[in-house]
Order: sequence, then C-alpha cells, then structure tokens
Amino acid sequence: MKLDLDLSLASMKEKLAAYCEQKNIQDAIVVGIHSGGVWVAEQLISAAPTNEPLATLDITFYRDDFSKAGLNPKVKQTLLPAIEDRHVILVDDVLMSGRTIRAAMNEIFDFGRPASITLAILYDLGQHELPIAADIVGEKLTLKPNQRVKLSGPQPLEVSLIETQ
Amino acid sequence: MMQSDPRALQLNAHGQLKHFLTLDGLDKTILTEILDRAESFLSMGEQSVKKVPLLRGRTVVNLFFENSTRTRTTFELAAKRLSADVINLNIQTSATSKGESLLDTLQNLEAMQSDMFVVRHSDSGAAHFIAEHCTPNVAIINAGDGRHAHPTQAMLDMLTIRRHKGGFEGLKVAIVGDILHSRVARSLLQALTTLGVDEARLVGPKTLVPDFFADMGATICHELEAGLKDVDVVIMLRLQKERMAGALLPSESEFFRLYGLTEESLSWAKPDAIVMHPGPINRGVEISSEVADGEHSVILNQVTNGIAVRMAVMSMAMSGQLQGDDTPEEKGGQ
Repeated sequence: MKLDLDLSLASMKEKLAAYCEQKNIQDAIVVGIHSGGVWVAEQLISAAPTNEPLATLDITFYRDDFSKAGLNPKVKQTLLPAIEDRHVILVDDVLMSGRTIRAAMNEIFDFGRPASITLAILYDLGQHELPIAADIVGEKLTLKPNQRVKLSGPQPLEVSLIETQ
Repeated sequence: MMQSDPRALQLNAHGQLKHFLTLDGLDKTILTEILDRAESFLSMGEQSVKKVPLLRGRTVVNLFFENSTRTRTTFELAAKRLSADVINLNIQTSATSKGESLLDTLQNLEAMQSDMFVVRHSDSGAAHFIAEHCTPNVAIINAGDGRHAHPTQAMLDMLTIRRHKGGFEGLKVAIVGDILHSRVARSLLQALTTLGVDEARLVGPKTLVPDFFADMGATICHELEAGLKDVDVVIMLRLQKERMAGALLPSESEFFRLYGLTEESLSWAKPDAIVMHPGPINRGVEISSEVADGEHSVILNQVTNGIAVRMAVMSMAMSGQLQGDDTPEEKGGQ
C-alpha cells in the first residue's frame, strides 16, 4: 500500500472548507493534538475559517490508561484561547480506538463550553472502540494487525507504514 | 533500629519514583523530570476547571504529626487538582509513644485502602519508617521529617529559581540563617549540588552553621556581607524562635543586626538577585518588610510553584507504584 500524504491533506482541506460552509461555522479555533495532530493542523489551518493562531492540546493528563501505562514523561504544552461558545476544529493524525479524542474532548470542556467541535482526522483506521466518528477524513485505511501508521515531522512532514512483530 | 537504604526504597525496578522521601540519591535526570512536569501543571492555572483526572478515585491521606498550615494546604490543593479524594489527619503524639502509635495509625489507614500518605513528622526518618512498614502499593511522600529532609520544599525552590534564572549553571546561591535545625537547608543543598549550581553558600553564626556542612559541597560563611557578595539567589530561612532558649543566639534583634536581610544587605548581592523564603516569615527577625514585599522578592511565587511541584511528585509516585516492577507497556496508542 502506498500512502500519498499530499493528496490526503489536499482532500482534507477541500472537505473542511465545504463542511464549514455547509454548517455555517465561522471564526473557529483550530486545535491540534500533540504531536502528529499539531503537524496536520499546521497544514490544514489555511483552509479553516479562522483568525486565531493554532491552538495545541496535550492529553497526557486525561488518558484513560494511567493505571496501566503510567505517566508519559514528555508532556507538551496545552495552549488554548478562551473557547466558551466558539467553534472548535479538533485535528489529529490518526483515529483508531477513539480514546485520544475522548480524552481531548474532556480536556477541552475543562477550559469552557464550546459552541461545537468538528473532528478532522488524516487517517481513519477503523477499529473504533467508542461511539466517536470523524467529520473530516483525509483517507480511510485498512491495516493488517501488525501494521501501524507513523507520521514524522514537522519539517518535512512524512508518513510511513511500520510493520511490528 | 536498622533501616534500609532510602535511596533504593524510593525507586521501582525501572528507576521511577514510587515514594518521595529524600533527594539523596536522586540524579539530575529525575530532578529535572520533576521540574518539567511541574511546569506543565503550572499552565493549568488558565483552565476554568483547574483539575486533571490523573488521580481520580484514589485516596490521599495527609498524615500530619506536626502542624504546618501552608504545607498541608498546598498538598491538599495539589491532590484535589489531581482529582484525588483527600483526608486530613492532624495527629499530635506524645513524645513517649511515637513509635507505637505510628504503627497503630498506619494499620488503621491501610484498612481504609488509602493509595498515598503525605507524611509530616517531627522525627527524622519517620516517612522512611512508614514506607518500610506499610502495605505495598501505597506511595509515601515526605512533607518534612525532623531535621532530616523537606524534599518538596527544596524542589519548589528549584522550580522558582529555574523560572526566574532560566537554569542553574553559573549561579551562586546563598542560604542564610538557622542551617543546623533546618531540614529545608539539607534538601536544598542536595538539590543545588545535583542540579549543578556554581556555588552554594551557607551563611549564619557558627552556632547555627557548623563546619561539617562543607563536606556536603557547601561554602561556609559566618559574615553576611561575604556570604551575599555577588549571589544570584538569596534563600532566607525562618529563625526558629523556640530555639532561642538554647543560648545558640544572643537575641532576635542581635540576629537581625548581623544576619537580617535588609535593603542594605541585599545590595551586596547581584542587582537582579531574587529573594526567597520558605515561610512563615518573621518580619524584622530574618528579613525586613521592605525586602519581603519588595521587587526582588519571589516569596509568593514559591507558594504557587509549591502546588505544581507537589502535583508533579504525587502523580509521578502514583505512576511509579502502578507500574510496579513489571515491564512497562508501550505508550501512545492510536
């Protein structure tokens, strides 16, 4: 399987602009989830109806596997403007179980009550474990059990398929 | 009584904190991790809900055998901001029955299925004793034991220094006052030398600053002017008034005249020096009001930083307990 990152990003931009117009979403805040989501959001923000700089979210403290996996030692900065009654466009690189998005939404609500949240995902891998679906998807992928998508960035932004044992 | 090595006791098989008893034996990597994590909790102050769910459903017991309003309050707030349930116990013990009542109390608290004890005790080694004798999987945090250690106070001071000075390299730091009776001074000295300051000076009269501290890597100064000359950071310690009776000091006013921090004595330090104090401050005994409330003072920043440092240490110790000695799973699932 070959992954065309530029094509997927271009598709996301197009869908995002159309979606926001259809839903009448204006003056939005684009929020990237560390780390891959921030890199994708940087590419996407030009297509979003926003005047704000890119906001970032680190969901480490909101993960649901603290008792199993412990604390991730590398916590990056959460930078959110006032989000009360604002439209949020939440961006991540990969959607699989949906647990990261659950954590991200919990964290966003600790900052205030947004008017709406739109979920934009570069690669939707299926295998959702929670009732969470993306509004904007760059590309749907069906991977073999031993395959994972790995995004590296931010400059250059590249994607690769990794085979694990 | 023989006790095991606290340095080994507070780390799990992966070298992560599972108790926080002393800074002795913790390397620069762990101290830096505590500071980094505290920084990430500091930015939480912008949230309208100032809580994260890390310790949700866990029970933290503040076990204070010795009074301390500020330390207990900031530990309580830190635990609550991590979403833990908190119980505060103030236990005044009689001098004769300490060992016995400590074990009795422990057994009762274990029966309540607590996950973490924050321990303050007037006996050196109390937190260590509890860590050795309580059930596995309960994290022990030392909130000050006798003259031995007060590691979270030292780490909040390190965070305050790093936030104001950008790092530790090349810094000269003076710790002034009653070093002999101070658990803060001991922990501070360990933190400063581990994090690599240029020079740590201990300043005070011979009765309160014994020469053996030189073995711990400190420079000893008995004159305030020499002690403060060109320092970047001045840490004043509280003069423990209750020790006046021991004839270690002539009088409070005499101490203030010789070692009190005033605008005049502060002028011997670098022009951009910061002034710190673990509190509570004795105005006019070790520090003048002008300096305590002045532009060099970062005393109230220390309190704010204290909550973040305590959140960092509590979440790391809980994480280290939960990881136990198993192989950690790969992090960052999709």
